[in-house]
Amino acid sequence: MSLYAMDRARLGELYEALGALGRVYLPTRKNGASAFLPYGEEGSEADLSLLLCDKSPKDLFFPQSEELVKFRLTGAEIALQEAARQKEPFVLFGVKACDLQAIEVLDRVFLAEPVDSFYQSRREHATVVALACARPAESCFCTAFGIDPTSPQGPCDAVAWLTESALYLRPCTEKGETIVSCFAGFAPADEKEVAAQQAAARAVLGRLPYGQLDLSRFGEASDELALFDHPAWEELSAHCLGCGSCTFSCPTCQCYDIRDYDTGKGVLRFRCWDSCMYKDFTMMAHGTPRKTQKERFRQRFLHKLVYYPKNNGGLFSCVGCGRCVKKCPANLHMIRVAKALGGEPRAQ
Amino acid sequence: MRELTNAICARAKELLQSGAAGRVLGWAPGEFFYDPTPGVFSEGRLNELVYDGFTAANLSKYCIAESQKEGKVLVLLKPCDSYSLAQLVKEHRVKRENIYALGIPCEGKLDMRKARAKGVEGALSFREEDGQVVFETLYGEVRLAREELLLERCLCCRGREYAGVDETLEYALPELPKRDRFQKVAALEEQTAQERYAFWRGELSKCIRCNACRNVCPACSCVQCVFDNPQSGVAAKANSTEFEESLFHIIRAWHVAGRCTDCGECSRVCPQSIPLHLLNRKFIKDVNELYGEYQAGADPAARPPLVNYTPEDPEPSAVLERGRA
Ligand code: SF4
Ligand code: SF4
Ligand code: SF4
Ligand code: SF4
Repeated sequence: MSLYAMDRARLGELYEALGALGRVYLPTRKNGASAFLPYGEEGSEADLSLLLCDKSPKDLFFPQSEELVKFRLTGAEIALQEAARQKEPFVLFGVKACDLQAIEVLDRVFLAEPVDSFYQSRREHATVVALACARPAESCFCTAFGIDPTSPQGPCDAVAWLTESALYLRPCTEKGETIVSCFAGFAPADEKEVAAQQAAARAVLGRLPYGQLDLSRFGEASDELALFDHPAWEELSAHCLGCGSCTFSCPTCQCYDIRDYDTGKGVLRFRCWDSCMYKDFTMMAHGTPRKTQKERFRQRFLHKLVYYPKNNGGLFSCVGCGRCVKKCPANLHMIRVAKALGGEPRAQ
Repeated sequence: MRELTNAICARAKELLQSGAAGRVLGWAPGEFFYDPTPGVFSEGRLNELVYDGFTAANLSKYCIAESQKEGKVLVLLKPCDSYSLAQLVKEHRVKRENIYALGIPCEGKLDMRKARAKGVEGALSFREEDGQVVFETLYGEVRLAREELLLERCLCCRGREYAGVDETLEYALPELPKRDRFQKVAALEEQTAQERYAFWRGELSKCIRCNACRNVCPACSCVQCVFDNPQSGVAAKANSTEFEESLFHIIRAWHVAGRCTDCGECSRVCPQSIPLHLLNRKFIKDVNELYGEYQAGADPAARPPLVNYTPEDPEPSAVLERGRA
């Protein structure tokens, strides 16, 4: 489809205009951290030049906690009140290629039968605009998963490029076209500047330390048992703190817990993010299936590198965003694990 | 730094050979220059040990688990880390007889988050040169003053003293800045209650309840945290109100009050950059002002002020104040 461009100095006007399509969520700095937040919140600063937000756009479709249903008790009567689904449209602007692929990963979980109608209603009401990366970080390794950050592909309605002076936009759906039509600042443009930015970014991508991380041992055809029994897990997991920093920062981690809260007058059933790193994860009447941190740690990484791909035609559920690289208090991240499992085990 | 690392390894090797310990708890290299991980080394692998500007992790917490294992472990402790271990010993959380604590000198640890905020993008390597840190990056070289990159806790370093170590390694290092660690706390005290509330709501509402602060904290040594215990009635896997994560932090700060050594790990690891140390320092400042200077972990014999009743104890209480008025 055609390419459009607008003056970068007019981004504020664009955000205002996008308001016609719904609430606008942008990469935003607030109180020293970053997330996709609604445009124009007090004390916040939208910034498309942020490479990756601390928090991924996952929250917009799969919030950290949400109400599912309320049961109200009046005498012997139980009244049931289901939580509302998303009804208002919204715009999610500035999703990087890795995070976009992460939405694909989540879609395959939540939109498969039985469809998760809470997630689905948010996905259906979203207009997603991807944004190409011009300056990848050393911790980025999306390219190892076959992702091209200079030309994001996946479940989005338009792709954008931000250059020194302009914002370029290429709609890829009808919803994407409405972005162009709602703002008069867009004009048809040629590819020149975009192509130059892509070429410069690709040169950098070629120098990423783990851009070509060897993943050949993992994926659909991997030897699951050999990886499961790999001697490296012991040492890799020995100093994992069992926090949820990696899980909660990860754009693809999708596990949740459903709990009942006794309101005194009934029950509030909610679901919230859970972490396979937590010792009460999947706790059942008989206990938990993973009794040691080693088993929990192994679950997180094998889910991304082996179990998910085996169930999803080879698609990895790590997208190489590098958030765990930056966030883990003990620095036990995906690159470390993939390297340790991929090569020969270290001598004791 | 290489020279100091060699000195540490040499001494560790002697200690292993003499039988003082069977293994070493130190820092192992990561996949980048800034991501070493805590690691346990046998003698044959001591050459892998790293000690540089990024080996910030306080290894005391890991002593809880390590000391339960068979044999003695040699643990490397920076001055501030040693207070954490001493406090854990005081609380009977580690088997001290299974630990040999070697105090190692420190010239302040670096904060990659600060470097990134100061424009270090795509960093591939670093070196230190006359008070400067030089980063080689995907986008060229960046030089920054070392002091600008120090972790908050190192800007307010409490000095080169150790608490309760078995031995210290002598090695001359340049002096560290000594800023007043209570400056920001005092500034917050000056604010109105509304302003303070707004400040803390702004910070704590970023919390994602990942529990990294709690799990890394040497003072948080409960086997089962009350917030993880479904039987406690206050288990908080999700927040039922917006204020709930604030409560978690207020309660945690109370729980570690008088026991927190101000090691700074909570703020260092928080993925959401919440200045948690300010909460703890408020308690430390209050304890100092009300009961006299007290440093958790410093003196194994001292009675901690918050569990030591004396008839002369002050009665600081907003309720009491209001009652008097
Ligand atoms: S595992 Fe790490 S690198 Fe992979 S998607 Fe999750 S946070 Fe990103
Ligand atoms: S991992 Fe790839 S897509 Fe994600 S921010 Fe880095 S370069 Fe962009
Ligand atoms: S891998 Fe790191 S972030 Fe994840 S649970 Fe373990 S210590 Fe926490
Ligand atoms: S580490 Fe930070 S985000 Fe995680 S629970 Fe603690 S304060 Fe919250």
